[in-house]
Amino acid sequence: MDSKNLRDQALKGIVQAIPIVLGYLPVGTAFGVLAQKAGLSTLNALLMSLLVFAGAAQFIAVGLFSSGIAPYTIVLTTLIVNLRHLVMASSMAPYLKHWRKPALAAFAYELTDETFAMHSAQFVSGVPGQVQVLATNITSQAAWVAGTWLGAVAGQFIGEIEPYGLDYALPALFIALLVLQIQNYVQVIVAALTGLLSVALMQLGVNQWNVLLATLLGATIGLVLEQWTKRSSS
Amino acid sequence: MDQKIIFLTILGMAVVTYLPRLLPTWLLTSKSLPPLVTEWLKFVPVAVLAAMLLPSLVIQDEQIYLQPDNLYLLAAIPVALVAWKARSFFGAVAAGMLLVAGLRYLM
Repeated sequence: MDSKNLRDQALKGIVQAIPIVLGYLPVGTAFGVLAQKAGLSTLNALLMSLLVFAGAAQFIAVGLFSSGIAPYTIVLTTLIVNLRHLVMASSMAPYLKHWRKPALAAFAYELTDETFAMHSAQFVSGVPGQVQVLATNITSQAAWVAGTWLGAVAGQFIGEIEPYGLDYALPALFIALLVLQIQNYVQVIVAALTGLLSVALMQLGVNQWNVLLATLLGATIGLVLEQWTKRSSS
Repeated sequence: MDQKIIFLTILGMAVVTYLPRLLPTWLLTSKSLPPLVTEWLKFVPVAVLAAMLLPSLVIQDEQIYLQPDNLYLLAAIPVALVAWKARSFFGAVAAGMLLVAGLRYLM
């Protein structure tokens, strides 16, 4: 492939990432501010956005850091929250059969809810060249890291975060992700039941583990419900 | 908290985040997971998001609190509507933050 073609592909990939960039910059900034308030150094905030690159998990982690929760609990919570990437990666895999392992490794590193949504909409009508796909991912992460840096620096000049509604960034993020995930009524039931289970467990004093327990139970209830409706309709 | 411990925690987070992203793309190119496992995994995102979200909306100071001055719960309705109608992740987050900031300013 000649260099002009490569440059065109890279440019296409960057342009394609613009909607994601517009989201990641401000939300990344919110994350940076919260990380700074939780006591993370600017370097550590940046490293988290570089090495982890998972919005929801990063917001949760800084919340846990500021409440002084044990590191292993933070790692475990991250694992649970990010298990959903298994689903996304599994559904990407068939499209990328012809990619080599290092390219897949680079692609998977930057697989987020948003890059996944963009790729899965596009891959149906044909997978673009590797350079274009990876350029979209890299541009997205660059915006996330840039936002984090802005926020971590700005955080030093912001006294309280509440007047800016910054503490609502995470709940709003969860609501948006949840609404965008839901495709059928079984999922609505699962969401409602799991949420209630999680609240109930918390009220019973099961702190920290309520999310894991409720998720395992909720997903299992969903599976049973779906198998049951399939059986009764066939 | 010590920055070194924070850094080590970040490394741990990086590993447990990367593996679920990477392994399916390496291992599932020719074969796929058993159908029941795939079906179960499909419910995990919705379940985990709901399990994290609902407590943050309805629990304040360890108590269930459903009064109209619970801004988190109140703002959830328009945020969900924006996400649903505009299909916009960014629009919903921006609307939520603006709304909560605005209501606090007025109250």
